[in-house]
Amino acid sequence: MNRLIYMDNAATTFVDKRVLEAMLPYLTDMCFNPSSIYDGAQDVHAALDIARETIAKTLNANAREIYFTSCGTESDNFAIKGVAYANRDKGKHLITSKIEHHAVLHSMAALEKEGYEVTYLDVDENGLVDPATLDKAIRPDTILVSIMYANNEIGTIEPIKEISEVCKKHSVYLHVDAVQAYAHMPIDVVSDGIDMLSASGHKFNAMKGTGFLYIKKGVKIRNFMDGGAQEFRKRAGTENVAGIIGMAKATEIAHSEIEERMSHEKMIRDYIIDRILKEIPYSRLNGHREKRLTNNVNIGFEFIEGESMLLALNDIGVCASSGSACTSGSLDPSHVLLAIGLPHEKAHGSLRLTVDHTTSLDDAKLVCDNLPKIVERLRSMSPLYEDFIKNKK
Amino acid sequence: MAYSEKVKDHYTNPRNVGVIENASGVGTVGNAKCGDIMRMYLDIDDSTGIIKDCKFKTFGCGAAVATSSMATEMVKGKTIEEALKVTNKAVMEALDGLPPVKMHCSLLAEEAIHAALWDYAEKHGIKIEGLKKPVNDIEELEDEDEF
Repeated sequence: MNRLIYMDNAATTFVDKRVLEAMLPYLTDMCFNPSSIYDGAQDVHAALDIARETIAKTLNANAREIYFTSCGTESDNFAIKGVAYANRDKGKHLITSKIEHHAVLHSMAALEKEGYEVTYLDVDENGLVDPATLDKAIRPDTILVSIMYANNEIGTIEPIKEISEVCKKHSVYLHVDAVQAYAHMPIDVVSDGIDMLSASGHKFNAMKGTGFLYIKKGVKIRNFMDGGAQEFRKRAGTENVAGIIGMAKATEIAHSEIEERMSHEKMIRDYIIDRILKEIPYSRLNGHREKRLTNNVNIGFEFIEGESMLLALNDIGVCASSGSACTSGSLDPSHVLLAIGLPHEKAHGSLRLTVDHTTSLDDAKLVCDNLPKIVERLRSMSPLYEDFIKNKK
Repeated sequence: MAYSEKVKDHYTNPRNVGVIENASGVGTVGNAKCGDIMRMYLDIDDSTGIIKDCKFKTFGCGAAVATSSMATEMVKGKTIEEALKVTNKAVMEALDGLPPVKMHCSLLAEEAIHAALWDYAEKHGIKIEGLKKPVNDIEELEDEDEF
């Protein structure tokens, strides 16, 4: 059996062993409910406060502005629906982009069914939102703009600062889905001018079922869960203590070495991109070449379909992902790839490799050494390639 | 995606991939929009009506490749009448089943056989009993019911 080469870190990450160690006491000896009164419980409560403080610091936020949730999707739902419901007297118009995660798009769609109006901004061929286009889309009844920090499929980093300036000019709230970017690049909510920010623990070596929403002091937002007094009464429910402690540990580790991680990932990323584009004809990079997450490679190969590529990579122990319809359970290819202007047949043939700080150059080499053969074999089976060659002659 | 061992075998080592020059019949079905296109070539003995050889090319997922491969195996050596009985259900059963979202892939294989036979019939000015004119696009199974 081949060794496992994991290049699907945008889907989820391994829990860091130090994170697991930090969590364990809170599952065993320190399992107390932080809302209880005895000493042990108060110690757990104090540990949660420290975790909140740790996370807040990474964003240049206040601990009071961090609300723990169960995942990035919950954070997105909390922010979007929460602002929509609390500000409907001001207006019922929201703006987002066509390349957001489904957690955002489907929250918006749910609001549309309740009578809200949503504008979905186009993006350019690299997946960038144009702040000038946003400026024109804002109306007197616009209450929220939701744009992602970086795209989960193509890795493009959006001009959040410019976008927030536009929002400020019109006094509209800005929510940023930073699930892919947080703990993978430095983010400062103050200098970026962000009102709400979603993050997910399992994208940065903490466990699944953890996440948080940053809500700037003063933002008018409805409670997401009603019940106890947890999370400043905005999100009731006994805290996932071990998960939160682990998430804080994970972000502390990530931020303590964020520059090193980024430069290592970037080296691996660029090696893969450069080799594939050079060695495989009719391939193209999806997403912006520079304004791009350091861990993201997304390349489209003409004439072949993504799932068959993933299956072939799986055979050599490489875990990857695709924007192909077949991997999503529906017949439509990725909405992100369609939004950047790819025709359907090209959108089906994309490959996403997301590396991390532990990915070695040997791993990258193995993938790059094998990919040309895989693509060639699939093209030799493709009627589209057959027609292309025939027409070329 | 849970594929059966047979499906895995057929997409990893697909049988009968290729082209038949001057084929008796060629059929292409599917569309790029839904991500599957299949082309089937048949070499048919005019006197006996037996399918001597069958090759395919497929743009598509693992299930599409596996059903193409299995379908070619199943029609090879058969008469036209017998080949018409190679239904999507028969191909799927031969592969020990497909995941529910991949059912449409097996339709593609049946359609491709029919399209290739239709082409053969047209070229020879004959009528094959029970064979309907192929549609260009297989019916798209929309499943946009997320909300």
